Amino acid sequence: MRKRSIIPILYILFLMLPIYWLVAMSFKTTQEILGGFSLFPKVWTLASYRTIFTDPTWYWGYINSIAYVSINMVISVTVALPAAYAFSRYRFLGDKQLFFWLLTNRMAPAAVFALPFFQLYSAVGLFDTYWAVALAHCLFNIPLSVWILEGFMGGVPKELDETAFVDGYSFPRFFATVFLPTIKAGVGVAAFFCFMFSWVELLLAKTLTAVYAKPIAATMTKTASSAGYELGLLAAAGTLTIIPGAIVIWFVRNYIAKGFALGRV
Amino acid sequence: MRKVNQKGWFFVLPVLILVAFNALVPMMTVVNYSVQETFGDNVFFWQGLDWFQQILRSDRFHAALGRQFLFTGMILAIEVPLGVIIALSMPRKGFWVPVCLVTMALPMLIPWNVVGAMWNIFTLPDIGLLGYLMNHTLGINYNMTQDPVAAWITVILMDVWHWTSLVVLLCYAGLVSIPDAYYQAAKIDGASNWSVFRYIQLPKMKQVLTIAVLLRFMDSFNIYTEPFVLTGGGPGNSTTLLSIDLVKIALGQFDLGPAAAMSLIYFAITLFVSWLFYTLMTRNDAK
Repeated sequence: MRKRSIIPILYILFLMLPIYWLVAMSFKTTQEILGGFSLFPKVWTLASYRTIFTDPTWYWGYINSIAYVSINMVISVTVALPAAYAFSRYRFLGDKQLFFWLLTNRMAPAAVFALPFFQLYSAVGLFDTYWAVALAHCLFNIPLSVWILEGFMGGVPKELDETAFVDGYSFPRFFATVFLPTIKAGVGVAAFFCFMFSWVELLLAKTLTAVYAKPIAATMTKTASSAGYELGLLAAAGTLTIIPGAIVIWFVRNYIAKGFALGRV
Repeated sequence: MRKVNQKGWFFVLPVLILVAFNALVPMMTVVNYSVQETFGDNVFFWQGLDWFQQILRSDRFHAALGRQFLFTGMILAIEVPLGVIIALSMPRKGFWVPVCLVTMALPMLIPWNVVGAMWNIFTLPDIGLLGYLMNHTLGINYNMTQDPVAAWITVILMDVWHWTSLVVLLCYAGLVSIPDAYYQAAKIDGASNWSVFRYIQLPKMKQVLTIAVLLRFMDSFNIYTEPFVLTGGGPGNSTTLLSIDLVKIALGQFDLGPAAAMSLIYFAITLFVSWLFYTLMTRNDAK
């Protein structure tokens, strides 16, 4: 083992410590948590997880989160695909300005929009539905998808399009059967980033929901504090929110950097 | 060269409609509030630019803005060099590469309020791992709910934990794109480790590093959930960053006019940096 391997090892250890603590605490009993310090759970208990999987206010939180994240992912990627194609292949009036304007929405502080969003979605009658959160998250996920997809499409030679059209492909057929398969990695990465930012965002999701579409992360803070800070339950719910991310990350491990760089590495 | 084709507008129309619905309508609401005064019951009075003057002159805004720049400056000063060092020492091929990539990316996929809650549990003075180690093993008095310095250290440590991997992954992507031939040439020339870094690795990382710095600048400038869950802006106002203060004014005190004016000033700052970001990035594209 080389000497400098010590740096990544130490860093990963530092990353894992708080996660370990959360997971360990989720398996402890409430008495053990409040009773004092212990590095490992003395008595392993699944009580916290049992509560979450049997109490509807808890498990519906997960269903709600997954529902609006999925809707958002589908909308964002679907509308971003043709737009990214246009930005990568055509020049049209105001294209540069439009591209920049999209980016500014990725940078807008969510706190600025919290109250107007509440009023807007109440006015159109979507408050407390999956659609409200899914559409609101389009604000930053569509620009992100357009940028990522445009980055991937830029790597595809234009000769591909031209040959296909010479061969007599219609545009929709070319797009679906030739172009999409060549950029499928990009579609996957864009979908992953939509999933990620919709999954981790809470300020807007919390503002736009009350009961029926409340995300798990909001259920967590509320229930935990009203029930006298049940740390075990809080830890178990937190642990469960890490799992979806941990699963999907494996598939995009080589593209994460490219996604963060908005398709520009 | 791209072809001139105005049909492009049809392709971007759905995006335009969806994003405009989410961006322009709320933005107009904010502009509307920022120039009016209300005493409830939906009765509004024209207020002109008073709110803007009031916010720009208020000590509270200056203090929050100062804390925001301090926070952003500190996390950049830590995360960027740390990220470069870690990326340089990561393995380039073999079994450990995917392990490193996946474990390092994991913190970025945790919901932001879970990050706050997790660090809260981690730092509890008597039953948290870090809190216990500091107070009972090392004997350092550490309680972030009472001590502003401890609160600041914790908030910064949390952000370093959360986002250093972004810098690492971007730099790493730049590093693996360097062909082996460059290193072989450097070896033949007898270049030192420092010259390899300065003349081969750093130029390759420049573009991704620009992106990393600007992304971290903007995301940390907009940060809300994590510090809010961790410290609630306290003790006192010591960790009340710009977004937290804004939400306090808008939803806590329901001072819509000043909150809207503050939103617009806040947004203007972000917009300026976005423009800087765009210019730097497209200049890199052009090369």
